[in-house]
Amino acid sequence: MSAKTLYDKLWESHVVHTEQDGGVLLYIDRQLLHEVTSPQAFSGLRAAGRKAWRIDANIATADHNVPTTDRAAGIVDATSRLQVDTLDQNCAEFGIEEFGMHDKRQGIVHVIAPEQGLTLPGMTVVCGDSHTATHGALGALAFGIGTTEVEHVLATQCLWARKSKSMRIWVEGELGNGVTAKDLVLAIIGRIGTAGGTGYAIEFAGPAVQALSVEGRMTLCNMAIEAGARSGMVGVDAVTIDYLRGRPYAPVGKVWDQAVAAWGELHSDPDAQFDAEIRLEATDVAPQVTWGTSPEMVVDISAHVPDPALEKDPVRRKGWSDALAYMDLAVATPISSIALDKVFIGSCTNARIEDLRAAAAVARGHHKAASVKVVLVVPGSGLVKAQAEAEGLDRIFRDAGFEWREPGCSMCLAMNADRLEPGERCASTSNRNFEGRQGAGGRTHLVSPAMAAAAAIAGHFVDVRDWVVH
Amino acid sequence: MEAFTVVEAVVAPLDRPNVDTDAIIPKQFLKTIERKGLGKHLFDAWRYLERDGKQVNNPDFVLNQPAYAGAQILLTRENFGCGSSREHAPWALADYGFRAVIAPSFADIFANNCVQNGILLVRLPMDVVDHLFHEVAANPGYHLRIDLPAQEVQTMGDSRYPFPMDAGHKHKLMHGLDDIQLTLQQEDAIRAYETQRRQSAPWLFRDESPRSGQI
Repeated sequence: MSAKTLYDKLWESHVVHTEQDGGVLLYIDRQLLHEVTSPQAFSGLRAAGRKAWRIDANIATADHNVPTTDRAAGIVDATSRLQVDTLDQNCAEFGIEEFGMHDKRQGIVHVIAPEQGLTLPGMTVVCGDSHTATHGALGALAFGIGTTEVEHVLATQCLWARKSKSMRIWVEGELGNGVTAKDLVLAIIGRIGTAGGTGYAIEFAGPAVQALSVEGRMTLCNMAIEAGARSGMVGVDAVTIDYLRGRPYAPVGKVWDQAVAAWGELHSDPDAQFDAEIRLEATDVAPQVTWGTSPEMVVDISAHVPDPALEKDPVRRKGWSDALAYMDLAVATPISSIALDKVFIGSCTNARIEDLRAAAAVARGHHKAASVKVVLVVPGSGLVKAQAEAEGLDRIFRDAGFEWREPGCSMCLAMNADRLEPGERCASTSNRNFEGRQGAGGRTHLVSPAMAAAAAIAGHFVDVRDWVVH
Repeated sequence: MEAFTVVEAVVAPLDRPNVDTDAIIPKQFLKTIERKGLGKHLFDAWRYLERDGKQVNNPDFVLNQPAYAGAQILLTRENFGCGSSREHAPWALADYGFRAVIAPSFADIFANNCVQNGILLVRLPMDVVDHLFHEVAANPGYHLRIDLPAQEVQTMGDSRYPFPMDAGHKHKLMHGLDDIQLTLQQEDAIRAYETQRRQSAPWLFRDESPRSGQI
């Protein structure tokens, strides 16, 4: 038998049927549902008189539209409320388990599924959300789909798919102090570009990846989509198994033992061949800050805003110029001199407990700069929030003048009330710096949680490696 | 779903790389629970301006220029449709009236979503796309003819540019097929797969395996 990649193993174990033209009917073990991309899927089922094929394969939560302030009064915005109510009704009608807005397990769908043990190694995981790639951190094949496909999975538990090419991104060495998985993935995107992974399934591997916690691996896989790849993944090791043990929906007893034995195979074989291989040195990675309107427009904290004239390709050169105009940045401005109006710490990229600990470690004993209007800290789930409060992190944030909020997607995409006003500049731990992403006319700089907290306190970007921790 | 065979129409040029789905349809329009009616919000942030608290057309944006009225073919640059998986992007393109998009490359999830909505994505080499941008600029009301069965883009001057196409996607687009019906023809295979997996990997089925159950 020839050596296989992790992706080969995950793919082959889910093939239900292969058409003559090579199209594959792929079995889906887990579907995650949220309020934005599911209503039309449920309407489609209802119109055709169909039921969900396998109810227990699905789990739902409301995350994109929910308020992050006090929820006792419900959702003020009528259209947001309708979408959340519609999810509640659809889940009740089709018998699907939901962590509703008032459930303490509610949160960002990509935070809660691993947290609950609903994402397990070896699974295929889909969601009507591009950041589904996150779940690959547990050795799963996870990818985002559209609403028509959500309906298809509800109705058939399968999807028609074609195998992607495989890419391995091997990271040698060790990340430096103050340099995180977020910096690593931004550096990778800066190197291969936002279309560098298009058509590929990316496996992250090498000593620097293995040294990451599962939460760090989730940050890495989460942004595979920003490199163009629908799925990112990391092979299963002892770190993965330790993370899963005792999670509410993880198996127990003999079935757990059986599962752990099977999961031991979920890594690429030593001689496996990849269609593309990229190598990076972790020690070369510095804290990263994006300067433009695409995640590939990223530089080290010590760098300056680049000059479009240096870009040879005319289409890209125009893209850089447009981005600088939108971001209102002058060529050669030191990144560390860029002043911020707002700071957002949250999102499916960076709202887990370790992210909040990293931000709190920087914020402890400091206060936000007077020039920074607001610093939002939005935990990824109700359980992350409870854990942070048990550790006193909420106190540190509040003492620093940061706002401590209820869980949800919040200002990553500003579908709820949390947003940038036109022209406002934000240091954000989220994943997309597209025009208007955090609010029409808003300007986003992507950074790690520690870098965001440091920027909140200094009022401008600083190298967190120089930060004195109190 | 409307079947796609041959479309001859005005071409609208959108000369930007990496047009993301947030730009195609901004988040404030994702709160709908319908598929219809998103065409008026297509490219909202570029297409409209605020003047004295009122929304007016941005005269500089391509879709607001009379030369491109009724365009059904969008010509653009690489990595079109990157970012969010929102199917609202192809819904908005289709609702506006676009039947096809021509670019050097497209993002993966967006490409899948287009097939589900009868939108043909035509991948042409960078130099051909460049040439078409020049032609559109030089010839007001520039038309192209896209022949899906022949997998060709044809100019009125009779140049022909072949484009690659996934055979399954082509079949689906040409016949306007709905996948679920097709998939349910494999019901026995799906059930057989599940039976085997329930035995070999019971932890994948919440009703088969014991859970620790604490929150």
